[in-house]
Amino acid sequence: MQKSIMSRLWVFAVWAVIGLFLVNLMGLIASVLTSSVATRWLGTWLPAGFTTRWYFAAWDEFQLGDVLWVTFQAVGAVVLLSGLLGVPAAYALARREFPAKRAVMLLLLLPLLVPPITYGIPLATVLYKAGLGGTLTGVILANLVPTVPFVVLVMIPFIEQIDPRTEAAARVFGANIFQMFVHVLVPMLMPGVLAALLLVLVRTIGMFELTFLVSGPGSQTLVVALYYAVFASGVRAVQSIDAMAVIYMATTLVWLIVALRFVNPTQIVGRGKRPAA
Amino acid sequence: MSAVMEGRAEGPTLRQRLAARGIDGATLLVLPCVALILGLFIYPFLYGLVLSFQPKDGSLFGNYARFFSDPFLYGTIFKTLRLAFPVTLLNLLIAIPIAFRVRLMRRQRLLTTLLVLPITLGTVLVAEGMLFYFGPQGWFNRILMAAGLLSSPVSVLNGYWGVFISLVLTGFPFTFLLTLSYVTGIDPSLENAAATLGAGPAARFREVFLPLLVPGLAITFCLSFVQAYSVLPSAVLVGDPANATRVISIAAYQAAFEEYDYSMASAIAMIMGAVQLLVVVAVLGCRSLFYRGPAAGAKG
Repeated sequence: MQKSIMSRLWVFAVWAVIGLFLVNLMGLIASVLTSSVATRWLGTWLPAGFTTRWYFAAWDEFQLGDVLWVTFQAVGAVVLLSGLLGVPAAYALARREFPAKRAVMLLLLLPLLVPPITYGIPLATVLYKAGLGGTLTGVILANLVPTVPFVVLVMIPFIEQIDPRTEAAARVFGANIFQMFVHVLVPMLMPGVLAALLLVLVRTIGMFELTFLVSGPGSQTLVVALYYAVFASGVRAVQSIDAMAVIYMATTLVWLIVALRFVNPTQIVGRGKRPAA
Repeated sequence: MSAVMEGRAEGPTLRQRLAARGIDGATLLVLPCVALILGLFIYPFLYGLVLSFQPKDGSLFGNYARFFSDPFLYGTIFKTLRLAFPVTLLNLLIAIPIAFRVRLMRRQRLLTTLLVLPITLGTVLVAEGMLFYFGPQGWFNRILMAAGLLSSPVSVLNGYWGVFISLVLTGFPFTFLLTLSYVTGIDPSLENAAATLGAGPAARFREVFLPLLVPGLAITFCLSFVQAYSVLPSAVLVGDPANATRVISIAAYQAAFEEYDYSMASAIAMIMGAVQLLVVVAVLGCRSLFYRGPAAGAKG
């Protein structure tokens, strides 16, 4: 009987830790949300009144229209390019055995193992030397470094699941490699491609370090603009910074929810086998 | 031209010989991707390495000598490790029991979604939220004071613990997801077999799961460590960037964008990479002391 009390206590402790984590996380998010619609909030449980004017203030003050447009362009380009470069490379790595394959795999793993700040500083130096520092092109190029290997590594298992005879059949019927890709492989791989690209999308919206190091005044994405706003707080009303934070949160959350309809979060990082029961 | 003709006369063409070694049109699809990584990752890294040996004073090792003689600079290594090590360990220690519990749940999706939230919110938003929530008038202190647990507000912001908490909040979900995928990858029949033979929960964990999990946990530790190690936004926003949480990435950033000394900044980035590599190699080295082999069981 003593054993079951011990194990109950243990289960309780585990749930308590989960609860503590979630309560604090939700409290943190709720604080930002509440503050962004508060008129005045000093030293009380709840603000004195509610208003939506901070959203309009933030929109004007931080030129959020421009920032969102830059974010949209940068993220869109990164998603498209990493799909176009990553999926064919994943195909070659999944289907062919060639001499330098292990070296190529290692090359693709490196950018995911080295923290962005470490390679971001030399990369920013090179991009500034090339005249691309502070431009949108520079931001896109820098963000491709972690996303392309990510797409390749996520796509390889998806491609390996497809029966190679399907491709052989397409080739027998006279399709060249491009036609085979467009008409056979891409439709079959669509769920995997969507999953990988949505994850790239979420990662790129939230990618602070690389964008921060490479971007200039006209090429800041939302997360970098938010950092500068918090960093220089005191100049502007706290509530309008919070309003901006809520707008940022909304842009990532929408895509996260879309992404989760296509992927199981545990598959992001590995293919765990489900127990049969 | 004649070489090609001769080759054809002797047997398979160059194209066929390449194809036999696995190189054909499809293999070339890997080239754009490799070119991108070579151009935007390897080249900048080598460029930075060379640049770090060309300091302003003209000597070969000037930057490195300066870094390791100035406590304000070499101290950043210990400040970074003092944050990254405990945070990664704590995250891992919390993640293991939670992953074991979630593994048994039928509806894991909602909980895992909630736990993934901070990854998408990112470090900047978490830091900004912390300024409010953990502030002297924030809900955290208010609730603890109303419950009578505190007499005066605790200040976690602008110091070591602020960064620590922000790293736990943003790092835990990642550690948890990795751990969960390793835990669910273990064949449940192994546990059933151990239970049939009379092993209690603690013994099952110690004798069956732990040896199988060690390789995965080592990799999880490395990847989580990399995340905690490169902390920049939270060290600036909720830490004490001039002093207690002056981590190595702040030193590198300041050298590059405040002093415009790209040579010094590259040197700091190289040192940062080297320290991180040492930790990863050490952890993976320890891993090889443990069991290596299949965790899924070859036959059902």
